Formats: sequence, structure tokens, C-alpha cells
Amino acid sequence: MSDLTTRDEGATPDHGHSAPEGVNPDDLARPLYEGPGALPAADIPHRPRRSDFDPKAARRAERQVSSLFLLSGLMVVLFIVAYIAISPQAEVYVPLFGVIGAQNFALGLTFGLAIFCIGAGAIQWAKKLMPDVEVVQERHPLASTPHEDVEAEEQYERGKEESGFAQYRTIRRTLITAMVLFPLPLIVLLRDLWSPRGGSLTASPSEFLSTTAWVEGMPIVTDGTYQKLRPEEIPVGGLVSALPEDINEIQEAEHNLNARGKAAIILVRMEPDEIRSQQGEGWDYQGILAYSKICTHVGCPIALYEHRTHHLLCPCHQSTFDLADAGNVIFGPAARRMPQLPIGVNEEGFLVAKAPFAEPVGPSFWERG
Amino acid sequence: MSTTEKVGGGVATYVDQRLGSNRFLARNLKKVFPDHWSFMLGEIALYSFIIVLLSGIFLTLFYKPSMVEVVYDGSYVPLKGVMMSEAYASTLDISFDIRGGLLIRQMHHWAALLFIAAMSVHMFRVFFTGAFRKPREFNWVIGIGLITLGLAAGFSGYSLPDDLLSGTGLQIARGIVQAIPIIGTWAAFLLFDGEFPGTEFISRLYGVHILLIPGLILALVSLHLMMVWTQKHTQFPGPGRTNDNVVGYPLMPIYMAKAGGFFFIVFGVTTLIAGLVTINPIWIFGPYTPDQVSAGSQPDWYIGWLDGALRIMPNWETVAFGYTISWNIFIPAVIMPGIVFTAAALYPFLEAWVTGDKKDHNLLDRPRNAPTRTAIGVMAITFYFLLFIGGGNDIIAISFDLSINWIIWFLRIAIFILPPIAFVITRRICLGLQRRDRDKLLHGYESGRILRLPHGEFIEVHEPLPEKEKAVLMAKLGQNPQPLPAPEPTDANGVRNKHYRIKKIRAQLSHWFYGDNVEPPTVAEIEAGQAHVAHDAALEAPLHEYEELDYVNVPFHGGVLHEEGQPMTNAEQLEERGGHL
Repeated sequence: MSDLTTRDEGATPDHGHSAPEGVNPDDLARPLYEGPGALPAADIPHRPRRSDFDPKAARRAERQVSSLFLLSGLMVVLFIVAYIAISPQAEVYVPLFGVIGAQNFALGLTFGLAIFCIGAGAIQWAKKLMPDVEVVQERHPLASTPHEDVEAEEQYERGKEESGFAQYRTIRRTLITAMVLFPLPLIVLLRDLWSPRGGSLTASPSEFLSTTAWVEGMPIVTDGTYQKLRPEEIPVGGLVSALPEDINEIQEAEHNLNARGKAAIILVRMEPDEIRSQQGEGWDYQGILAYSKICTHVGCPIALYEHRTHHLLCPCHQSTFDLADAGNVIFGPAARRMPQLPIGVNEEGFLVAKAPFAEPVGPSFWERG
Repeated sequence: MSTTEKVGGGVATYVDQRLGSNRFLARNLKKVFPDHWSFMLGEIALYSFIIVLLSGIFLTLFYKPSMVEVVYDGSYVPLKGVMMSEAYASTLDISFDIRGGLLIRQMHHWAALLFIAAMSVHMFRVFFTGAFRKPREFNWVIGIGLITLGLAAGFSGYSLPDDLLSGTGLQIARGIVQAIPIIGTWAAFLLFDGEFPGTEFISRLYGVHILLIPGLILALVSLHLMMVWTQKHTQFPGPGRTNDNVVGYPLMPIYMAKAGGFFFIVFGVTTLIAGLVTINPIWIFGPYTPDQVSAGSQPDWYIGWLDGALRIMPNWETVAFGYTISWNIFIPAVIMPGIVFTAAALYPFLEAWVTGDKKDHNLLDRPRNAPTRTAIGVMAITFYFLLFIGGGNDIIAISFDLSINWIIWFLRIAIFILPPIAFVITRRICLGLQRRDRDKLLHGYESGRILRLPHGEFIEVHEPLPEKEKAVLMAKLGQNPQPLPAPEPTDANGVRNKHYRIKKIRAQLSHWFYGDNVEPPTVAEIEAGQAHVAHDAALEAPLHEYEELDYVNVPFHGGVLHEEGQPMTNAEQLEERGGHL
């Protein structure tokens, strides 16, 4: 017995069961592993498990494993019951997890336990009933033998000789040329990943990025209700998300949200003497300023406005712009100011754009300059 | 023989006559795998990938990768009548109208998060134990490829539901592509079929997410496992374990049951989590529109470090000759990750070059025994973690009532200062642990028991190491790697050494890598130390005899217990025993 157990029990805490003193390994309920590769027991410390020498413990483990498998089957039945019987709309309170969907909870619990019990059973089986004696296997060198090396080289040389790859220079060069050229169509074919609808194939991306739906005299409407705005509807300190009046028509015509993604603006109103600078002379209207809503960093829409400081903060990467100072960057990773839209009122008294944006809105790009 | 066995045998013969499969089984069913908890990390990654595949197949049956605008008419009341893309509407249907759909969707998301987390921790294990060394360098490179693909798989999947959060993520991704010098604008237009958001991207991304990336992952995972199989698993040092053997349990039946069972455990736990914990509640965010965003926008955890890099970068931009270079985006989002992944992939080759090590390594290093490598790893983790904090700077600012500007400034500086500090501290700790190992080999355990000798001297009793630990420590004997020798500028005949400079740098690096390693004791020194331990034991032996006599309290803890009528000190005990030990 003493050969099989670690002797230094004082130094290593042991959580397993040790065989009672005087139990001879020969008396174990089942023999320890003795197959190929088994090490002499003295080399690798090993301590028999209770189920190795106590038939009662072995039977208990057997019961545990089969109960787990049985429980798994039972859970599958409950899963089907839950699938049929519980309303998808029902909710249930689960301690620690709050109010969650009752069916999702029931399906997850039953299916999860059904799967888990199979795993738990298999591992319990391996740990308690299968042999737990470590065995040894030798590693073999991965590299080929010198003989194989030579043979491979000979085969290669013979092939090179027979094909005449070295000899026929023209064949070799034309083959290389052909191999270099043949993937080109695969790259050319990608060109029409962008095919502007109704546009010419010579259209350049930077033209698209440099224009928005804003033109001179375009009325400004609120985002959401699409109502035209009068200056007095915007209180000092307020912020309104707005769009050009024809945004919905453009979207319907183009079947996409591209125009919205560029034309979105915010209107803020401050006391005229709070405005320290603007991007153009008289681009405000009675203290109302219009700025692009699309961050000049990587294009998140911005609407976190601190009305006392007039700072605009991007929720994505925290670039901060000072709207009282021409929309300049005061902090964060954005490199360029927020473009300002010059605004005024038309003869009906509604806010309109006085001109298009003077610079491209949104994130920068190579050709932007 | 039972009927089942007869049928099974018949099938085995039938297949064998066509494929020669029995030869494979005969060789491989007895294949030995070593046991260690950390070897299960890669298993978790593999199993969570299988769960992602299985749950993903279910999702493809119901998800519609289309950006066509429809009016929602499902059973989630708050969004009834709202215009949204078919992609978003079908994801709502999966969540609310298809029974079990939400469970599978959440399993898919949780398993994806687990997949990347498990791969990352598995990579740490392989790195810190030096498992990437010869002959396993290729498998390390494949592993880096798998992590990269895992990130792409995760991000593309996160973007498919077309909710407000995922659309914002795509907008950022587009901004990054657009910031690549020269080709960026065109690349973005080709990817999105024009401007953002366009109408094509979701369906294009869908193909990438369900075919291209999983196909590549599957191929690389197969290669990864085949190499593990061929090269046999590495093992930690221990009793009976050498560089030329594998000590562990055979595939049939132990690992069939253990690894197979573990798959079901991971699968079951993922399912339980998916049933209990909501992940990515897209119905709360609403459909995507390019002019709205929610505050506190956060990517999934594995993108956090890249988002953090984007957040803490200063706002540098250059305009030259009419062209714009956005360093503020290009450096953190393209160059930095490019360097990180390239350096990670090349690490095994760099280390091998520096150390000049050409040996096969099947026995794992304990992290302390490769202090410089361990320090490099901790330095990289510190770097990563600082960027990760950057990715959540807004949440941290709100939770701890801090200024976001100060957090960003702290990170901008800390990203250069803290990783080197982590390097130095880690290396010191490793060398300290090496010294401790040396002491343990020489002197055994400090038992904590103080013994007073007859002439009044106090000693602490040392005990011999347990066999297992001794085997682990002894594995280092004769294996302590040495730095490369400094090269000579000229050879014996006075001929100039052509590669002198590069060899000198290499020798210096090698010295930096290994130079401070603590030399393990020699066998003779250990034997002398063991004699000392035996001597301690001999001194203490009489006290043990007392204990057996069962009438005296042996002062095991340094103090002396005194009970009425009992001998009080060792000296008195000695006296009582007739003055001899």
C-alpha cells in the first residue's frame, strides 16, 4: 500500500479518500490500470479512490451517473412541455435575474440541464469508475530520417529534370506571366461592388461625400415630426435635431437613408453676445446656429449638448466641440470642427438654409483636402 | 458477444476494408493526453465555436439579411407600426414570435463572447508556458489567425440585426475604412455600394458572417487540431515526465468521456446562461437610422480595446498636397492592431532568434523560469487592459464621478508608462520565485516549527519536499538556458567577422532574455541540503517519540504549552528523558 500512496501527507493537503491502512491493492474491488504503457507505480504517485476498493462506493458512483443521464431525459420531456404550454408573452420573476420571459427561462433551464447532465454524468463516470492511473507514451522525432530527406530530394530533382522546367526558359517565363495575370479578373470583377444608380461609372466617391441635400432656401424641418420651424420655437439653451424639408422625398426616390446620414443637423440657440465666432459672417439667425450632426471623427451622430458651456460631446469617442466658438474641437480625437450651415428665414418666416454646407460633413477621407 | 457488438464489429470491418480505418483506430484509441486544468481552455474555445455553428444554423432559418424598409407588425408592442429594415424586423421576430428563438439567439451571442474569451485565455496559457516553441510555432501562428477571425466573426455578427447600436458600430467601421490613406474612400464605397448606410451592406456582411469567416475558422481549427494530434500535447514537468514522453490518460476511454462530457458541460452552461441572462436586447435600441445614436454606446467586449485606442488618440490630422491623412483614426484603428497582431504572430520566431534555441520543447516552462517572456506577456496584457479601460471611459466617468478628460489624459500617458513598469515588476517577481525554488530544492520546506536545541539554539525544522513538487523543481536541473556568448570581432586567424554587429546585438538581447536567471543548484548541493533536512528530522525525532508516548504536549508551534505537572521546556523534557536525545 505504502508504495502507491504519497507519504508526505503532512505537507500536501489531500482531498481525496485514502485507502484505509492495511488495505492491500490486490484486494481492490477492480484492478488498477495495467494495460500497455502503465508506469511502475513507484514513479508516479497514485492514491486509489474510494470506488477502487469499496464496492459500495463504486455502486454509489454508478447510481449517480445513471441518475444524471435519467435526469437529462426528464428535462427533454419538460422542455417539450414548456414549448407547448407556456405563452411566449408570459413573464416570470427569477431571484437575482429579475423579471424575464417565462418561456425563454423555462426552455433555457430544461434544455440547459438536459445537456449539462449528460456532460456531468460522463465526467463523473470517468472520474469515479474508469481507471485513473497515468500511463506513459514515448514521443517520436517529427523530422524525417536522412534517408527520407535524400529520397524526397531525388524525387524532386527527377521531376524537375523530366519536366524540363529549368531547360525551357520561354515556357517558364510565360507560365509565370500567366500565373501572375490570371487572378486580375477576380479583382476587376469587384469594381461594380459600387455602381451608382443612374450615375456614370466615372463618378468619384469624393463628389458624393462633398455634397448634401442642403441648398439655398431649403426649409428646415424637425426630425421626427417633419414640421417647418419658426425661430421663436427654439428657446435659448435648447437643441433641435433637424433635416431638410425634402428628406422623405429623397429617401423614397433613392430607397436608402444616405441623404439623411449626411444632411442631419442640430439647431441650438444662445444669446447673440455669447457667440464668440462663427464659420461665416452672419451665419446665425438671431443667435440660432445650425451645425452638422455627424461627427467629423468617424461619423457618429452627436446630440449631447451642454447648454451652459455650449459644448457638444460625441457619445462614441468623446470628441468635444465648442458651438459658441465656430464649432471648434476643444477635446478628443476629432481633428476638424463641426461644419456650420448658414441659416436665415424665408418670407413666410420659417427657418431655411441660406447656402449649402461650405465643407464636406462627416468623417474625413483622403481626397477631402 | 452481444448483438450490438456483433453489428458494431461488422460495421468496423466494412468501413476498414474500404478506408483502412482500423489501422488508424489501433494507433490512436490508446493515444495519451496529459491532464491539466489549463489545457481545457482551448477545449472551451473549440466547444463554444461548435455551439455558435449549431445555433447559427437555426438563426439562418429565420433571419432575413435585407435592408428593405418594412412596417413592423410583430408582437413586440412598443415598436408596432414602426418603419425598419427587414433584418431588424426578422431579428425581432426571432426574439418574440418564434418559440425558443430568443434562447438560440442568446446562446449564439453568449457562445460567441465565450469563444473569443476562451481563445484569448488559451493564448495566454500557451504564451506563458512557452508551448509555442519549436516544434509548435506554426500552430501559434494559426492560433493568432483564429483570434483575428474570431474578432471579425463577432463584429460582423454584432452588425447584422441592424439595430441602432449595431448600425452605429458599422458607421464607425466605415469611418475607419474611409480614413485609410489613398484607397480608403474607394474601399468604403465598394464595401457599402456607395454612401453610408446604403442598402447592400447587411446582405454582403451576411455572406461574410455565415460562410467566409466560419469556413476559414473551420479550416484553421482543423489544422490546429491535426497539428496537436501529430505533435502530441505538451505537458508540465512532474514525476515521470520528460521531454520525450507523454504522461496522462488514454483517449479511449478516459478522454472520450472527459472531453466529450466537457463539451456537454460547456454547451449546457451556455444554454442555462442564455435562458437566464439577457444579452444584446436589440428591441430596446430601436431600428437603425444614421441620424440617431444612444448615449453610452458600447461595443462587445472584444472590440473594446480598439474602440479605446480610437478614444484616447490625440486629434492629429495632416493635409498635404490637397490630400488628408487622418492619423487620429489610421494609427489607433489600423496601424496599432496591425502591429499588435503581427508582433504576436512573429513572437515565437523572434524569441527563438534571440535565444538561439533550436531544441524541441515538449515540456512546458513554468512562467517564472522564463522571466523576460513572462514580463513581456504581462506588459502586453497591461497595454491591452489600458486600451480596454479607454473603451469604457464614459461608463467609468459616470460610475465613479470622474472627469472624462482626465481619464483620457491619464490613459494617454499611462499607455506608455505602465506597461514597462509591469514588465520590470513581473520580471522581479519571477526571479524572486526562482530563488525561492532554489532554496526549496536545497533546504526543503520551512515547516514553521521552531526547535530549541539543548544548548539553547533555535532552529526552524525543514521538511523534505513532496515527491511531485520535487520532480517539478528538479526538471530545471541542467536545463537552465544560457545566454549566447558574445561574438569575437575577428576569428583566430585575424579575419574580420562579417556578422559581428548583428551577432553582438543578438548576444546582448540573449543576455537580456536569460542573463538574470537564477542558476538551479547542482545535484551535489541538493544532496548536501537533503542531509541537512535529514539532520533536522533527526533532531526532532525524540519529540515525535514523545508524541507517540502520548503524555506530553509537543511544542509544535514554537511556543511551549505548559500544563500543570507536565515538563515545561525541551530542556526539562530532555532532563526527564535522562539527558540524551
